Amino acid sequence: MTDVPHRFTLAQRLLHWLMAVCILAMLFIGAGMVSTVAPKYLPLILIHKTLGVTLLALVLIRLALRLYYGAPSLPDDLPRAMKLGARSSHLLLYGFMIIMPLLGLGMLWAASYPVVLYGGVEIPALLPQSDRGHTLLWNAHVYLGFAFFALVLLHLAAGLFHALVRRDGVFATISLVRVRDRTTAGERSLGPRRD
Amino acid sequence: MNLPGKLPRSSLGSLVLIATIMGGGAAAFAYTAGWLSPGRLTPERMIEALTPPGGPPLGYRRNHAKGICFTGTFEANGNGVELSRARVFARGQYAALGRFNLGTPNPNAVDATVRVRGLGLQITANGEVWRMAMINPPFFAVSTPQAFHDLLIASGKKDPDAMKAFIQANPEFGHFAAWAKTAPWTGSYAEEPYHGLNSFIFTDAKGGDHAVRWSLLPAARPVPISQADLEKRGPDYLEPEIAERVRTTGPLRWTMVTTVADPGDPTADPSKAWPETRRKVEVGTLIVQRIEPERDGPCRDINFDPTVLPEGIRVSDDPFPAARSSVYRKSYDLRAAEAKNYPRTGAAKP
Repeated sequence: MTDVPHRFTLAQRLLHWLMAVCILAMLFIGAGMVSTVAPKYLPLILIHKTLGVTLLALVLIRLALRLYYGAPSLPDDLPRAMKLGARSSHLLLYGFMIIMPLLGLGMLWAASYPVVLYGGVEIPALLPQSDRGHTLLWNAHVYLGFAFFALVLLHLAAGLFHALVRRDGVFATISLVRVRDRTTAGERSLGPRRD
Repeated sequence: MNLPGKLPRSSLGSLVLIATIMGGGAAAFAYTAGWLSPGRLTPERMIEALTPPGGPPLGYRRNHAKGICFTGTFEANGNGVELSRARVFARGQYAALGRFNLGTPNPNAVDATVRVRGLGLQITANGEVWRMAMINPPFFAVSTPQAFHDLLIASGKKDPDAMKAFIQANPEFGHFAAWAKTAPWTGSYAEEPYHGLNSFIFTDAKGGDHAVRWSLLPAARPVPISQADLEKRGPDYLEPEIAERVRTTGPLRWTMVTTVADPGDPTADPSKAWPETRRKVEVGTLIVQRIEPERDGPCRDINFDPTVLPEGIRVSDDPFPAARSSVYRKSYDLRAAEAKNYPRTGAAKP
């Protein structure tokens, strides 16, 4: 790719928002299911496992698209610190998306639980039972889950900051609908003026 | 009109909006995690209620802590096929793994002080895993997980009025108290029936659903013994007894009997037994072939979560299996993390 795109491709944008909704659901379901003994515990844990494996497949597709199509460049006037923050937070988000389902699967395998997803789909165990392994993976899944949620909130805040405060076109690169901001307004001003 | 490069609204309002969204998200997450609801019955609270005054025995199951493993087979006679399409009911022999245990959180309890005896069982049939946890009373002590929590709290209090108040609020406990007082004790795990108590839904090959409960009825004839006489046999009598029995008389057998509910029978309340006249189907025989050590035995690391079910069996509206699954999971997480506190091998036995 020689051309730097203005927006992510439609497939990337759709995948971003689909995964955003699912990841938020995953984090809330995870926190909710482990703090209840109510009957909803069982459907929640089934959804959590099924969605987790689905998200693992989706993030691999997304990573492939990202490597193939690349990403729009950040605005030139964005301060260096914010650029660094944007790049590192995106790397971290990808890291969480890949490692969280793997940790979840690993902790179930290490506890000798059969991993049965919605519809009776079974994932064969790749790890033997291990108290130490289970504890490590379980702790990592839980604590990184909190860190993931914090990072998702930060990512959301940064997105809103670009969309509402800086209006620098960054949000438009990922949004599904057209957003009015400095860049698009500027582009539009090249066309016939309506005022 | 918007001039390029000019912000049409004060960015202060936007910043406030962003902060509100962040705060709201964090609060919603905290609520979902239960941090803002001190009244919610969580697995942690249930385990806290199970914990003896001196603290939990680290590395052990949080309940049914005293027990011994076994291996054997489940011999399905094929009759279960009419009720459930689970592979385990197709005529054949399947690997069984289990654990005889006492219903106490104390791994050093004196055998004669524990009224409830249990059996954890895992049957593996052509890749499908079925786990269950059964006990010897024919019905459960209370109707709901919350009532079980309240029972643990009330019975742990020195104040005798606490139990009185509990029984007043949960009259179903009276039946269990009567069973505990009158049912004969036996001197062997082999002479006990073990009841699933919770109702589950079996689905047959045609997609028909059947609400069932199941029991394992012993082939060994129960020989009643007084609690005092059992106590005289020693604090740790049951485990060597069952090992010796298998060694000298060979495999032990239990018939698995499923009871099918009539329409209208209570499926959500394990404290209510179904009438004796309900249809019963013998589906197979559990054969206990070898007693295995608990410490390095094959059952030590198994969580007998009763919601690990094969295709063809699912939970009913009985609230207990979900609650047990949630609490057992927490118990497993805890004991796995405390493995260094547990005397792992037989050699390390004090």
